Amino acid sequence: MTKYVGKPIPRYDGIGHVTGATAYVDDINMPGMLYAKVLRSPVHKGVMKRIDVSGAENLPGVAAVVTAKDVPGKNRYYNDEQPVFVEDHIRYRGERIAAVAAVDEDTAMEALEKIKIEIEEQPPVFDPFEAMKPAAPKVRPQGNLWIFNSGESRVVTKGDVEKGFAESDEIVERTYTEKMNDMAAIEPHVAVAYTDASDRLLIHTVSQARHFHLGHLCPIFNLPLSKICLVGGTVGGGFGGKNEVQTEHVAGLLALKLRKPVKYRLTRQEVLQCTTKRGAFYFEYKSGVKKNGKVMAYKIRAVHDIGAYNTMGAYAVEKHSFYIVGPYDVPHVRYDGYAVFTNKPVSSSMRGFSTINVNYAHEVQMDLMAEAIGMDPWEIRFINAWREGDIAPNQWKVVAAGLIETLKKTAELEGVKLPPHLLAMSSQRR
Amino acid sequence: MKYPLSFTLNGGNVDALVKPTDTLLDVLKEKLNVQSPKRGCDTGDCGSCTVLLNGNPIRSCLTLALTVEGKNIQTVESFASKEGKLHPLQQAFHNHGAAQCGFCTPGILISAKALLEQNPHPNRKEIVEAISGHLCRCGTYLEVIEAIQEVVGQSGKEKGK
Amino acid sequence: MRKRGKGLSSIGYITGFFGGGDPNQAQIGLKMDGTFNLMMGTVDIGQGCKTALSQIAAEELDVPVEAITYTNSDTDIAPFCMGAFASRATFIGGNAILNACRDLKRKMKEFVGALWGVKAENLVVADNQIFLKDDPQKKMSMGELGAASTFGGGYLTGLGAYRPDGPFQVDPVTGAMPALCAASFATTVVEVEVDTETGGVEVIRSTQAYEIGKAISPLMCRGQINGGVAMGIGMALTESVYPYWPSGDLAVDNFGDYVLATAADMPEENRFAILEVPHPDGPYGAKGFSEMGANAMIPAITSAIHDAIGVWITEFPTTPELVLRALADKKK
Repeated sequence: MTKYVGKPIPRYDGIGHVTGATAYVDDINMPGMLYAKVLRSPVHKGVMKRIDVSGAENLPGVAAVVTAKDVPGKNRYYNDEQPVFVEDHIRYRGERIAAVAAVDEDTAMEALEKIKIEIEEQPPVFDPFEAMKPAAPKVRPQGNLWIFNSGESRVVTKGDVEKGFAESDEIVERTYTEKMNDMAAIEPHVAVAYTDASDRLLIHTVSQARHFHLGHLCPIFNLPLSKICLVGGTVGGGFGGKNEVQTEHVAGLLALKLRKPVKYRLTRQEVLQCTTKRGAFYFEYKSGVKKNGKVMAYKIRAVHDIGAYNTMGAYAVEKHSFYIVGPYDVPHVRYDGYAVFTNKPVSSSMRGFSTINVNYAHEVQMDLMAEAIGMDPWEIRFINAWREGDIAPNQWKVVAAGLIETLKKTAELEGVKLPPHLLAMSSQRR
Repeated sequence: MKYPLSFTLNGGNVDALVKPTDTLLDVLKEKLNVQSPKRGCDTGDCGSCTVLLNGNPIRSCLTLALTVEGKNIQTVESFASKEGKLHPLQQAFHNHGAAQCGFCTPGILISAKALLEQNPHPNRKEIVEAISGHLCRCGTYLEVIEAIQEVVGQSGKEKGK
Repeated sequence: MRKRGKGLSSIGYITGFFGGGDPNQAQIGLKMDGTFNLMMGTVDIGQGCKTALSQIAAEELDVPVEAITYTNSDTDIAPFCMGAFASRATFIGGNAILNACRDLKRKMKEFVGALWGVKAENLVVADNQIFLKDDPQKKMSMGELGAASTFGGGYLTGLGAYRPDGPFQVDPVTGAMPALCAASFATTVVEVEVDTETGGVEVIRSTQAYEIGKAISPLMCRGQINGGVAMGIGMALTESVYPYWPSGDLAVDNFGDYVLATAADMPEENRFAILEVPHPDGPYGAKGFSEMGANAMIPAITSAIHDAIGVWITEFPTTPELVLRALADKKK
């Protein structure tokens, strides 16, 4: 029996949420604070030949304009992939080209219009299936497929799928198409950066992972940890969209240059169109099942549209390989997962991260297999559900299995009368 | 060119110098440092900027500041009593876990208060309609409805569904 | 015509980084009045980690939750946290807290042991005080200990860290990656109503069971479960940044086009239960939880649509356009 754990107590910080006392980053207004706006690429793919910021710099009310050449450290972060500002090649519409700090947002936006850029537009590729073809426009010089240590796809192999299919009574094939999502936290991304009395850079941030982001920001600013601090810890929703640096580098750069506080906040349009997304997934599932309900084999091909840069896109294809056939004991599995670059915003983490996508496929596939053998959808799940000690496709040994118990409880709450042989099942034994 | 603006905010008179293009949200947050209304979308879709204008819930991000000259604006900061006791809605939201990240909560509280002032005994359908203009990505809707129902129940009878 | 149908789905979700090696640190200090400062890097994004992690500290020290201050304000003060993602905060952050609390208790016993001239192992930290095992009346409240240590030249602060095994590379041939914190499970049944004239789909009811090892903070858990229903409905039926993917046409730019679920889209009730199969390595048996609230909803909705109108639409969001096209194809 626990005294405090397990008690339904109200939120630690709940009072502030209902009184308005909770301060979010956009509530921070500092004396002399400047506002930043970013000029974003109007084209999906191209090469920037020339940029002339003098018109913006000379506008009254503008404090500074920065581009790639003004980054004190490395212009690329997260796997050395994403540029803070475009140097020459543009990979998606909305990529940052330049940033302006001005007395207010209206002046900053006016200044953006005064920046002259010359772009040689190139034909983009949005469709990952097109992008996989050899003749496709190259999103990046190394080609449009992320290369894993297993080659062009992340491979999972367990048992012998052809043997498994041969032993099956029914084979079910289906494709699953899952489109792009936005995390859509109601709080848009925003950062307020300033240098303090000790000339350290402090950034008020909506980051979900501040230490992780210091790892990205320190090389950009060329600052050791003794010179930078990220302030935050209370965020208006994340859902994975605040796991990447989206505003802190721009605000920080301007604050360092000007030694004045700078607020950089994204409009909802910028959040929806330019920040990281849950990229689309496409699956081809082929599975074999015996008449007695035992799922024997799965052959799966996955195509994940990871957008213009690889931050967490390739990781997504690995993470979900754990649950590709679901929380079920399947002896034969072959999985090939492709991470494909396209000229779209970067695909990164979002609630349920890539697992939510295979959960969809394996669950509908279970129903289709049940249909094929004339079995109840409850029964097929009971039969195949993991038991303690089963081995997942990634060779993980199941610990603290609990799926069957959730099936039983849901049936009970739903008023579904399960037959005794299913009620007798448990996660502890087969 | 800025113009003087004067209105009643949470029971007191306030003044500001505003541009014709400033929204009420701009003025509340950036000139008057009122924290509770939030800037979630600036296009009137999410509802987190909702405040009361002469007792009615409006989107402050779509309201030009100069149009509230002489009018009465209330935000969540006016809910608690003079002694700091939480309004029953605030207490109920807190007890039921109706706020998670909290960003959309002030806007929903405004709509809930306006509902109960206009209709002290709403049924569930009326409650849902009153708050359905608010986007909550954390998905607190069921807890919000429960909290409002508790306050309605506290105040006496509830109309049949 | 309006037709109803039901669908079932079961899912699992992992705790922590796939590949492991993602650490957290924790620090818990006794203040001079006997309350505590829990310092963590973990960000509260609404999931309620400040609440759950404070409950874990309170339980391990056996002091009231109100005595715990949760501090995470900046990276100078906050110990390392890999991030509030991958449903890792309760398990990995919680374990770091357990280690920090145990370190603190050890230091408390050493201090009081030296003060009273007794062996540290003869002392017990429980019930908001420290006392002699063999003579519980020989005791000191946490307040008295806070003052005695602060003004007695001591500094009672516990330090702890927890790192899951790893990081491990995925095996290039087999895809093996056997290191994993934990796996949580859920089953969902959904009932929908499909309007065959408009293609609209409404979620009427949902019933769920979640197995998460231990519900550390049940009100927070409910928030994640019910909140997941909203996100699941949005993903299943209306949300797409590129509505005609793989085409790049008509990318959305406002909430009018990127349609989230509202209160009007929720079922009137989401009946649920939380089950607990304790994980041997989790704090008080807890596994990771929170993200998975939306996962089971989506396939259950697809199955329910099939049950209602006899078509399998394995594409989401399953917009009215997709439903009407599927019905038209079925007629042919």
